Amino acid sequence: MDLVENYREELRFARKPLGRSLLVLLLLALAVLPWWCPSGWLARASMVCLLAIGVIGQNLLIGYSGLISFGQAGFLAIGAYAFGHLRIAGVPFPVALLAAGVAAGLAGYLVGFPSLRLKGPYLAIATLGFGTATYQIFANVEWLSGGRAGLSIPPLQPPFGIARDTWVYLLYYVIFLVFTGAAYNLVSSYVGRALVAVRDSDIAAESMGVNLSRTKLLAFFISSFYTGVSGALMAQYLGHLEPQAFNISESMNFFVAVIVGGLASIEGSIFGAAFVVLVPALLGSLRWAVPVLFGTAILSVLIFEPLGLAGMWLKTRLYFRLWPFR
Amino acid sequence: MGEALLEVRDLTLRFGGITALGGVSLSIAPGETLAVIGPNGSGKTSLFNCVTGLYKPTSGSITLGGESLLGLSPDRVTARGVARTFQNLRLFLHMTVLDNLMLGRHLHFRKNILAAAMRVRDEEVRHRAKVEEIIEFLDLEAWRDSRVAGCAYGVQKRVEIGRALATEPRLLLLDEPVSGLTAEEKEEVSYWIHEIRGRFGVTVLLVEHDLRVASRLAQRMVVMDRGLKLTEGTPEEVQRHPGVIRAYLGDQ
Repeated sequence: MDLVENYREELRFARKPLGRSLLVLLLLALAVLPWWCPSGWLARASMVCLLAIGVIGQNLLIGYSGLISFGQAGFLAIGAYAFGHLRIAGVPFPVALLAAGVAAGLAGYLVGFPSLRLKGPYLAIATLGFGTATYQIFANVEWLSGGRAGLSIPPLQPPFGIARDTWVYLLYYVIFLVFTGAAYNLVSSYVGRALVAVRDSDIAAESMGVNLSRTKLLAFFISSFYTGVSGALMAQYLGHLEPQAFNISESMNFFVAVIVGGLASIEGSIFGAAFVVLVPALLGSLRWAVPVLFGTAILSVLIFEPLGLAGMWLKTRLYFRLWPFR
Repeated sequence: MGEALLEVRDLTLRFGGITALGGVSLSIAPGETLAVIGPNGSGKTSLFNCVTGLYKPTSGSITLGGESLLGLSPDRVTARGVARTFQNLRLFLHMTVLDNLMLGRHLHFRKNILAAAMRVRDEEVRHRAKVEEIIEFLDLEAWRDSRVAGCAYGVQKRVEIGRALATEPRLLLLDEPVSGLTAEEKEEVSYWIHEIRGRFGVTVLLVEHDLRVASRLAQRMVVMDRGLKLTEGTPEEVQRHPGVIRAYLGDQ
């Protein structure tokens, strides 16, 4: 039976045997996705993987730390362009990826400084300004954005003669797993606790020995690091960078994903990323309706299920915990 | 009386034209329990906020064990060994009782973010043992994994005391610990406050409206009125003081 014998055991990831086995099955099924999913959907799966990393980053900021940012596209662009320039200069993929994350993270650290003074809507406005400014800079400074021709990124060379889209998916899937795992570990550690404490009551957090400035800046750093990595993966995925890809509507996409997926939930972030990628794909020729649908989704989530898709998932799990004895 | 643990001297706090504290002095010896009483708006909580670094006093000095606390941010003050509870609870409502207490251990954590991201949990386990002591002491076992938002008010009050204790303070500031509790809960909390001194070796500074509880717990009392210290002494002395009677009941 399920018996916890010590504190360490209680802190294990996916502690219960049933959940653990189901999780392993799911991860395996997703690992062999290229061999069973219909063609055309594999690219979308890669897109979900790369976007999920960014949404997790956004959720760490909005959901866990309660710091609202509308400037995610800015961090995404910094990550993407840093990655693009490094790749063109011949830097290997993993190094460029981490460097892109660090570049965006440092930008986030700087943007975090206003957050020490601004709260709620005022912080949202400040970050919106950052997002817009970054977009304008990339749109107007030619040596950064590669001018009218844009920036072309050398494609990945798959080893062992694997098809390119399969290789991209597998690579993105592994990177996604690493970042998701790290996020789970962080939010269940003292870091996550401090973030949530600052969100729930900053005065109490401060009085209990949490350094507010350091915690908020850390939240911004981690969040934009994730977003930067997401941007880098997006750059590699698109193969071609234009500033238009990083305008305000991209920031809104992240926001929709976080709200619909579920605030302060890692699996919610993944659901949210899947939502903003797959729903437009399913709509097909009705694409024009996507913004309407996103707006409606946000409204209905806020009214009917404030915890979003993650909340629905949680309720389903709770329901089946006693199944069939109810 | 020996060396004072907390020494507050001529503390003045002004907000524009309003004088919240007009030169208050008090001192607490190690191991003592001191109660600060006074009518609403007399500056008790302002005094607390100055000591814990939330307010910057206009003038005066605050020293803990001979070292000045002035100009330190609240988290630095807590690191020096001052913990507090709040009059209107300020708990982390979305966290469990256990996590609230674990947050009290935050400043004792050896912080390593990479280890945290790789799920190295040695620190968590080490601090969990400390927190369990407090959970046992305050009878919180039944609520360990409940979210604080769903707990009864009396339990929330206890969690606040527990969270403050978890920081391992030398000086514990309790802001109205029994307000809003039932008679029975008041008894329990009074008992715990009394026990805390012996078990955790903590000096307690107490703000309390309930004079019965205050006079039972405290060896000495400081009476405040309109930002000034009216008098201080043993509970019996204070209760006979004509100024105190006037402050509470008005002129005869």
